[in-house]
Amino acid sequence: MDQLTFKIILCVVIFVVTLAIAAYSTWAERKVAAVLQDRVGPDRAGPFGLLQPLADGLKMFMKEEFIPSQSNKWLFILGPSFFMLTAFMTGVVIPWGSSFTLNGETYSLQIADINIGLLYLLAVVSVGVYGIMIGGWASNNKYSLMGALRASSQMISYEISMGLSLIALVMVTGTLSLGEIAAQQDAGFANIVYQPLGFIIFIVCAFAETNRAPFDLPESESELVGGFHTEYSSMKLGLFLFAEYINMFISSAVLATLYFGGYNFPYQHELGLGDWLPLVQTAVLFAKITFFILFFMWVRWTLPRFRYDQLMNLGWKVMLPLALANIFITGLVMYFMGKIG
Amino acid sequence: MALTNRSKTVSVREMTLAEKLYFPAILKGLAITFSHIFKKTPTVKYPDVEREFAPVYRGQHVLKRDEAGAERCTACGLCAVACPAEAITMESAERKKGEESLYREEKYASIYEINMLRCIFCGLCEEACPKEAIFLTDRIVPSSFTRGAEVFGKDKLVETLENPIDVSKRQRPEVLEFKKDKKHKHNLTYLDKKPTIKRH
Repeated sequence: MDQLTFKIILCVVIFVVTLAIAAYSTWAERKVAAVLQDRVGPDRAGPFGLLQPLADGLKMFMKEEFIPSQSNKWLFILGPSFFMLTAFMTGVVIPWGSSFTLNGETYSLQIADINIGLLYLLAVVSVGVYGIMIGGWASNNKYSLMGALRASSQMISYEISMGLSLIALVMVTGTLSLGEIAAQQDAGFANIVYQPLGFIIFIVCAFAETNRAPFDLPESESELVGGFHTEYSSMKLGLFLFAEYINMFISSAVLATLYFGGYNFPYQHELGLGDWLPLVQTAVLFAKITFFILFFMWVRWTLPRFRYDQLMNLGWKVMLPLALANIFITGLVMYFMGKIG
Repeated sequence: MALTNRSKTVSVREMTLAEKLYFPAILKGLAITFSHIFKKTPTVKYPDVEREFAPVYRGQHVLKRDEAGAERCTACGLCAVACPAEAITMESAERKKGEESLYREEKYASIYEINMLRCIFCGLCEEACPKEAIFLTDRIVPSSFTRGAEVFGKDKLVETLENPIDVSKRQRPEVLEFKKDKKHKHNLTYLDKKPTIKRH
């Protein structure tokens, strides 16, 4: 098996796994909500309601496909497609496990270890705003436009703090490649030990970037009738909602990779797993991702939505100065420890 | 005056630093939701599991028959008089010869209707009835598409011989005790009278 075939297979596998996890996140979301609210949750379709995502998908397909007459048809279709596309694109740079050797050839479980992986990640996340913006604008509807405006201003505001918190991380690790960052955490501690404040800033920004509670203002049901996807129906609505869960999955993967040691776990080399180590490492990564997804849900069903001015205050007056201070402190500490200068 | 001890005075003061950070409050909230993971769900999965009704539940009415299967109602009209919602109407008729096994006494209700949309299920009809004829049961009144269908006649109210409705939960001990007193004529059952007529 040459490298290209392997990469293609890996692409397909990650595509399918992402879809499956996103689908079951919708189920998990409802189950988590139910458990936290002393309810039962979906339990009609299959055992424990496990077939619920299939039923929901089927329902979405059977709904009427509706395009508003005054909307721009092409942009209207482009919106959700774009959102979905960018959601998938981020998965490319994440190391899903360390490399393994088969028949004398080494395969890396990362689709593309580009040396500016972090920049690529930020770029793709920024492009993701366009999906929402185009969709909301093309709907030709006040609520959708307001929702799209809210979403894009929120995402742009929090992207800055996110980027700045990553700069401190890059200063510590000295690399922009995600594969490199994950591999470094094998030898030393996980990055959260060096960057606790950066982690907090990053996770708050991740909540804002994925448009989830307490920052789910773009789609606040009560005020904006669904926000940017008011006019959407059928599978186009499904794509928007689905892409949100993919974003959550990818965010969790990025969080785990950047701050929680990626696929590494303590004493991994002492356990004597031998050739099975890469497999266990991938399982560990997915366990971490699952933990973060559940954390996302836990927070969603705990906190009420922020007011818009609170959101902007938090973004610009708290997160941005904190992120800048974090860079400064990181620099100082590194200087006095003799790492730089 | 405070109705509960949970009321809080609202103020517009500046937030303290701890409140501005949000994190203490967020952690508190997360702890509260986390504690709910271990709580029991009060859900009753209705079509699969049916919740037990209270013994005093008042649902759809039944017009009882006596032990021999004769209708107990004598169309005295006390239930209709007692009914605060004026949901009960009836017409009386005289028992003919040969109908002794169908109706317990000489007079019976030829028409007996309860409008289930008017009924408030207070149970006063049951209390008013001197013949132990009408009872409210633990059955839910089925819904229907028309108003007319909610007026229940004798076809729906009188219990069938094959399927008698158990109202023992509704018969209080004092009522049951009173029924044993055979010096009141209306407490005599068909069996007490030692009938000579054959049932058809």
